[in-house]
Amino acid sequence: MNRINQKLQEDKKLLSIYFTAGYPELDNTVTIIQNLEKSGVDMIEIGLPFSDPLADGPTIQASSTQALKNGMTTDVLFKQLKDIRKSVNIPLIIMGYFNPILQYGVEAFSKKCAEIGIDGLIIPDLPIEVYNEAYKTVFEKYKLLNIFLITPQTSGERIRFIDSVSNGFIYMVSSASVTGNSSGFGEEQTQYFKRIANMKLKNPQIVGFGISDNKTFLQATQDAKGAIIGSAFIKHLSKFGTNKIPEYIKQITKL
Amino acid sequence: MSYNINNKGYYGEFGGAFIPEMLYPNVEELRQNYLKVMAEPEFQKEFDKLLKDYVGRPSPLYFAKRLSAKYNTKIYLKREDLNHTGAHKINNTIGQILMAKRLGKQRIIAETGAGQHGVATATVCALMGLECIVYMGEIDIARQAPNVARMKMLGATVIPAVSGSKTLKDATNEAIRDWINNPVDTHYIIGSVVGPHPYPDMVARFQAVVSKEIQWQLKEQEGKTKPDYVIACVGGGSNAAGAYYHFLEDTNVKLIAAEAAGKGIQSGESAATSVLGNEGIIHGSKSLLMQTKDGQITEPYSISAGLDYPGIGPMHAHLYKTGRAEFISITDDEAMKAGLELCKLEGIIPAIESSHALAIFEQKTFKPNDVVVLSLSGRGDKDLETYINYFNL
Ligand SMILES: Cc1ncc(COP(=O)(O)O)c(C=O)c1O
Repeated sequence: MNRINQKLQEDKKLLSIYFTAGYPELDNTVTIIQNLEKSGVDMIEIGLPFSDPLADGPTIQASSTQALKNGMTTDVLFKQLKDIRKSVNIPLIIMGYFNPILQYGVEAFSKKCAEIGIDGLIIPDLPIEVYNEAYKTVFEKYKLLNIFLITPQTSGERIRFIDSVSNGFIYMVSSASVTGNSSGFGEEQTQYFKRIANMKLKNPQIVGFGISDNKTFLQATQDAKGAIIGSAFIKHLSKFGTNKIPEYIKQITKL
Repeated sequence: MSYNINNKGYYGEFGGAFIPEMLYPNVEELRQNYLKVMAEPEFQKEFDKLLKDYVGRPSPLYFAKRLSAKYNTKIYLKREDLNHTGAHKINNTIGQILMAKRLGKQRIIAETGAGQHGVATATVCALMGLECIVYMGEIDIARQAPNVARMKMLGATVIPAVSGSKTLKDATNEAIRDWINNPVDTHYIIGSVVGPHPYPDMVARFQAVVSKEIQWQLKEQEGKTKPDYVIACVGGGSNAAGAYYHFLEDTNVKLIAAEAAGKGIQSGESAATSVLGNEGIIHGSKSLLMQTKDGQITEPYSISAGLDYPGIGPMHAHLYKTGRAEFISITDDEAMKAGLELCKLEGIIPAIESSHALAIFEQKTFKPNDVVVLSLSGRGDKDLETYINYFNL
C-alpha cells in the first residue's frame, strides 16, 4: 500500500509540512526532511521551486526565488533525494507547478519519483480534466497519488467529482487566498470545514493555507484528518536555518 | 485545418486553462457566459456605440502613399493609434468592462507592462464608475512614470509587483493572485490574447473589430475585401489577433508577425519567443514561452515595453507552428529606424511596438501590386523619452 494511504489509516490527526527545496541553503533538503521526521511530522511536501508560483503568497515566492538563485533544479533535487528512503519512512510528496515537470517530461519525472520513493504529487496548475485525459495512466503506472485541491468556492458537484478521481486525500484550501495568509480562521472557515465534513467524502481531507500555530492547527483538524503548514515553517527556516526544527514542531502540535 | 479556437479552448495543441483550483470558479463563470453575453443584441449595441462615440471608431485605413512609393508596394496603415488612449488596447477593455458589468462584478484588476493596458483599463473603469486596481512591476513603474500618473489621474490604484523580476510577467502573477484572493466580486481584465481559456478567444473577439473594419474599408478603397498581407507586431498578440481575425481561415491572405529581437536573437537580451521559446505553460495557457531547460520562465528584453513578454498567446503559437503566419524578428535598432522613417515620410509618430511591424519592409520585399495592411497599433507619445534618448533629440 502507498505510504500516504497507510498514514491516513492511523488513528490521529496528521501534521504535514511544506518547505521549498533549496532554501535557505541549496543542500538543506535532506537535513530538513530528516529533522521533520524525527520531530514527529507525519508527511512532507517537498516544494520544487518555480519562477512564477501563481498560487503562492510572498513567503513562498521569496523562498522559491532564493532557492532558484541557490541553484536548485529538478535534477539537483532528484540527486539530493536519491538515498532518502535509506533514512526516512514517512510519506513524501513533491509539490510543484506543471511547467518544470512538463519540461522534464511527465513520464521521466514520474519514473524518477518512483525510483526515489516519492508517494504523491501536488501540481496546483494541472487541472483535473487534463490529468484525467492525459496523465492519469502515467501517474498510476508509477504508483504516484495525485492530490487535488478544493476551495470554499468549489461547488458541491465538483467536490464529488474530485473525490471520485482522488485516491489518497483531498487538499482542502482553507480560504479564498494564496498561501501565507495567517489572519486566523473565523466563522466562515469553521462553517466551510463543517460543510465538507458533512459531505462524508470517500477521501479524507487535509487542510492547507493559513495554518501557522497550535490554535489554527487545532481548528483545522477538528473535522479534517490533518493540516499542512507551509509559509509559517518557511519563516521559521528563514530565522533559524535548519536548527530548532523539533522545537518548532512541538509548539504546533503541543504533544 | 482550422486556425481558430476549438470547442475545448485550444488552438491546435495550444491553449487550455492550466489554472489552480482556486481560479476555477472565476474562469468557469466567464467561460460559460462570455459567448452568450457577447451574442446579446443589447451587449453588441452598447459595445458598438462606445467604440464609435467614445473610442472614435472606425479607425481610418490610410493609404500611406510615400511609404508605399519607397517600398514599391501598396501599404495601408490601420490607424489604431488614433483611438482614445492611443492604442488598440481600448477595444478590449471596453468589451471586458461591459462583460464585467453583465457578470455583476464591482472591482476590476489588471496587469500592465508599459502602462498602455493599465491606462486603457483605468479609463473604462472611470467611465463605468468601477474600482480599478492595476498591478505593475516595480521596475516598469520607475521607467513608465507618465502612464503611472495617467492611471492615478483616472482614479486607479497602482500596486507595484515586487516579486520575481518585477516586470510584466510578475505583474500578471500578482493580478492572478489578487483574483485568487477575491474570487467573487472581481473581474480580471487581461491585456492581451494570453491567459487561460476563454481569455485568448474573448480578447481576440473584442479586437476582431479591427479586421472587420479593414474588410469594408479596403472594399471602398481597393474594390476588394481581402489584402494580400496583414502585418502586425506580437507581444502577447492582441493587435495581431484583431488584425488577422477575419482572415484567419483564408490562406490567400498571408499573415506576418513582427517579434521583438531586442539586441539580437543571440544577444541574451531578446523577446523573440518563436525563435527562443518552446512549448510550455505560461499564465494558465499552453503556448510557446522563453524558459530555461528546467522550465523556469526567463526574463525577456525589448526596447519596447509592450513587446517585453516571455510568451505569445496560444493562437499565435498555433499560427507559428502550422506556418500559417510568418514570424520575423526585428531588433531594437531596426524598429527605431523604421519608426523614425514613418515620422519623416508620413507625419505619424508610431509606438515603438508598431515600429517593429514597420521594420518588416526592410526585411521582406513585396510586389508592386500587393495590398499590404499594417496594424499601426499605437501612437508614439508614450515612447517620446525612449526616442529622445535613442536619437539624442
Ligand atoms: C501600441 C502597442 N502595440 C502593441 C502592444 C503589444 O501587445 P499585443 O501583442 O497584445 O498587441 C502594446 C502593448 O502594450 C502596445 O501598447
